[in-house]
Amino acid sequence: MESWALQAAATLNAGTVLALAGLGLLINERAGIVNLGAEGIMLMAAFAGFATGVHTGSDLMGFLAGGAMGAVLAATLGYLVIWLNANQYATGLALSLFGSGFSAFAGIKYTQEKLGPRPHFEIPGLSKIPFLGTALFKQHPMVYLAIALAVVIAWFLYRSRSGLVLRAIGENPESAHALGYPVRRIRLAAVVTGGALCGLAGAYLSVIYTPLWVEGMVSGKGWIALALTTFATWRPGRILLGAYLFGGVTMLQFHLQGQGVQIPSQFLTMLPYLATIAVLVLISRNPAWIRANMPASLGKAFFPEG
Amino acid sequence: MTELRLELNGISKQYPAVKANDGVNLRVTPGQIHAVLGENGAGKSTLMKIIYGAVRPDEGEIRWNGKPVKIRNPHEARALGISMVFQHFSLFDTLTAAENVWLGLDRSIPLARVIQRIREVAEEFGLDVDPLRPVHTLSVGERQRVEIVRALLAKPQLLILDEPTSVLTPQAVEKLFITLNQLSQQGCSILYISHKLNEIRTLCHHCTVLRGGKVTGEVDPTQETNASLSRLMIGAEPPELKHREAHLGEVALAVKGLKLPKQDPYGTSLSGISLEVRAGEILGIAGVSGNGQNELMAALSGEDRRSPEGSIELFGQDISHDGPDPRRKRGLHFVPEERLGRGAVPMLSLAQNTLLTRHESVSRTGWIHKSEVLKLAESLIQRFNVAAPGPHAPAKSLSGGNLQKFIVGREVDAAPRVLILSQPTWGVDVGAAATIRAELLELRDAGCALLVVSEELDELFEISDRLVVIAQGQMSPSIPAHETTVEQIGEWMSGLWPREAAHVQA
Repeated sequence: MESWALQAAATLNAGTVLALAGLGLLINERAGIVNLGAEGIMLMAAFAGFATGVHTGSDLMGFLAGGAMGAVLAATLGYLVIWLNANQYATGLALSLFGSGFSAFAGIKYTQEKLGPRPHFEIPGLSKIPFLGTALFKQHPMVYLAIALAVVIAWFLYRSRSGLVLRAIGENPESAHALGYPVRRIRLAAVVTGGALCGLAGAYLSVIYTPLWVEGMVSGKGWIALALTTFATWRPGRILLGAYLFGGVTMLQFHLQGQGVQIPSQFLTMLPYLATIAVLVLISRNPAWIRANMPASLGKAFFPEG
Repeated sequence: MTELRLELNGISKQYPAVKANDGVNLRVTPGQIHAVLGENGAGKSTLMKIIYGAVRPDEGEIRWNGKPVKIRNPHEARALGISMVFQHFSLFDTLTAAENVWLGLDRSIPLARVIQRIREVAEEFGLDVDPLRPVHTLSVGERQRVEIVRALLAKPQLLILDEPTSVLTPQAVEKLFITLNQLSQQGCSILYISHKLNEIRTLCHHCTVLRGGKVTGEVDPTQETNASLSRLMIGAEPPELKHREAHLGEVALAVKGLKLPKQDPYGTSLSGISLEVRAGEILGIAGVSGNGQNELMAALSGEDRRSPEGSIELFGQDISHDGPDPRRKRGLHFVPEERLGRGAVPMLSLAQNTLLTRHESVSRTGWIHKSEVLKLAESLIQRFNVAAPGPHAPAKSLSGGNLQKFIVGREVDAAPRVLILSQPTWGVDVGAAATIRAELLELRDAGCALLVVSEELDELFEISDRLVVIAQGQMSPSIPAHETTVEQIGEWMSGLWPREAAHVQA
C-alpha cells in the first residue's frame, strides 16, 4: 500500500516538468507560434538554474534564473519569427541545437557540482492522512504550482476576455488586426510567457527532480512537451493528464527495471513516450474536436496590412 | 450648410501593383445613407478600410465632425463612432458568435450581457443569430448576420456596410432597409457599398461612384436609372442577356427522395429532396443560406458519399456512392461556394489550380505536361477575361470576381454535361457577373444541364428556366421562372409553399 502511495507521489513529481513545459507551449501555440526550441530552452534553463543554485545556495534563485533564461531565449525567437518573419520551424530547430550545444559547453565544470541538501516539504495536517498524505501532500510547491497553473490558464483561455483575444489571434491574426488588436505584441508576450514556463520546467528538472547537471539531461522532454500540446488538442486539462501519464509510466518502468524484468532497458525507457502519445492520440482523434481547438494560424507568418 | 459627419479630401493609397485610391473626395452628412458604387478593384474596400483605420492612406485628409483626425487603427475608429461590416468576414471560426461580437466591442462588459444584447438587437432588427454557436458551423448568410449585429451593438454614428444584402431574403432586405432608415433618422450616417443598382436607388440619398481608384461621379441615385449608374461605374452598360427558347433534352440529373442525416451538429438534415434537371435548362435553387444547400451540394458533388443507393442518378445511372472524380469523368462538374480553399488552392498558381479538376495535361504515367497546363490556364484567362498578371499568379492574389471567372471558366471550358454551381456570382461585380451569367446561358443553349444555387433572387430570375426553393432541408415543387414573382419565392423561402401541389412537380 505504502509503495503505491510512493509511486503516486513520484508520478506527480515526474509529471511536473512536462506539465510546466506543456502549459507554456500551449500558451505559445494558442497565439499561433510554434516553439520548436523548447528542448534547447529547457536545457539552457536547466543549466542556468543549476549553476545559480550552486552559487547562491538558493533554489528560488535557481528557478528565477531558469525562468529568466527561458524568457530571454523565447524573446529572441519571438523577435525573429514575429517581426522578421523568419520561418518558425527552422528558427526553433536552430534554437534547440544552440541550446543543447551551448549548455553542454558551458556546463562542463558543473557536472561535478552538487546542490546543498534537498529540502523536504509536507503540508501540515494533510500529509498525515494515511496513503493520500504520502501520495499527494508531501510534494515540492512547484508540483502544486503546475496544477494551479493549469486551472488558471484554463480560466484565462475560456473565461477571460484577454484569453479570448489570445485565441482569436491564434485563430486569425488578420481579422484580429482588422479589429485593432496589437497582434505582434500579444504574440510576443505569449511567446515570452511560454518560454519562461519552459525555463521553469528546465530549472525544476536540474534543481529538484534529478538534482544535478548532466549534458543533455532534458533527454527529449522538450520534444515530448511539444507533441503533448498537439495531442492534448491545446486543452490545459489534457496537458496535465498527458504529463502525469508520462510521469506514471516513467516510474512504472523504473519499477520494472528494479524488479529485473527480462526486457532490454532501452525498450522500457521508450515506454513513457509511446504510452503518452498513444493514449492522447486515441482520446483526441475526433476531427471536429481538433478543428474546434487547433489555432488555425499555427506556424504561419503574419504580415500586417496597411 | 449642415456640418459634415465625414469628409475625405484627396485620399490616395498606393499598393505595390495598383493605385487603389487616387485623390478620392467623399462627403457624408449626418443621417445620410451614402452609396459607394464601383466594380471589384475600383478601390471601395480600400477606401472603407482607410476610414475604419485598418489601412493607412499615403496622402489626404480625413475630417470627422468638422475636425481633422488621424485614424490610426480600428480601435480609434470605433472610439470615434465608426463601425464596419466587412465583405470578407473578419470572424474567428472556432469562437462562438457571441465571443466574436465581444471581441469587436471596446468597452469591457461581461459576456453574459453581450449575449443578452445580441438577442435584443437580433430581435429588434429581425436578424436571427444564435449567440452560442461556433462560427465555423454557420452558413455564409448567418455569418454576415453576426457581423451586422456586431456593428450595431457599438451604437455607431457612422455605419459602413460592405455588400450587406447578398445573403438576405427579399423580406429580410426590406426589414434591413427599415432598420437602416430608422438608424438614419436617428442621425446615424451610413456608407452603403453595393453593386445592386436597384437597392442603391431605393435606399440611398447620395451616391459616389468609383472607377479605377478615382471618383467618376457624385449623383442623387433616386434621379438615376440603372443604365446611367452602370455607365458611371463601368463606363458601359452591362451586356443584355439573351434568353433563347429552351430545347429540353433527356433528364440529366435526378435526385429521388434524398434523405441524409446531418453530419455536423449544426448542419441541416436533408429530408426527402427530389429534383430533376434536363439537358438544356437551368434549374435555380433559391433559399436562405443554412437551409440545407451545403449538405445538398456535398451530396451532389460526391464530397458526401452517404447518399442512399439510387437516390442520385446521372443520365439514368446511379452515382450516389461515387466520389467527385468518377462523377467528373461522367460529365458532372461543380463550382463550389468557397473560392479559396475549395474552388482553388490559394497559394498555388492559376496554372496549377487548373489541375484540380482538369486532368488533360497529366500523362498516363502521372507526369504533368507543364507547357500544356500553362496553355490551358492562359486560354482560360483570355477567354473569360480574367484580370490576372498571368498563369503564374497565385490564386489568392486575384480579386474575388476575377478568381470566380477563372474557376467558372475552368469548369465551363471542360464542356460538362451537367454543371452545378453554388453562389456563382457571390461578391462579384456587375460586369464580371454579367460575363459569368452569359457563359452559363450559352452552356445551357449548348445542351448542358445546369443547377444553380444562389441567394440572389435577381440572379436566379435572370437565368433560370425553373425555380425550386429549399427550406429546412425540404424542397418545394418547381415552378417556371416566368410564372412566379420575387414575392412568392420569398414566401416559399420561409417554407410556406403549397404542400398539396407537390405532385404536380415537373
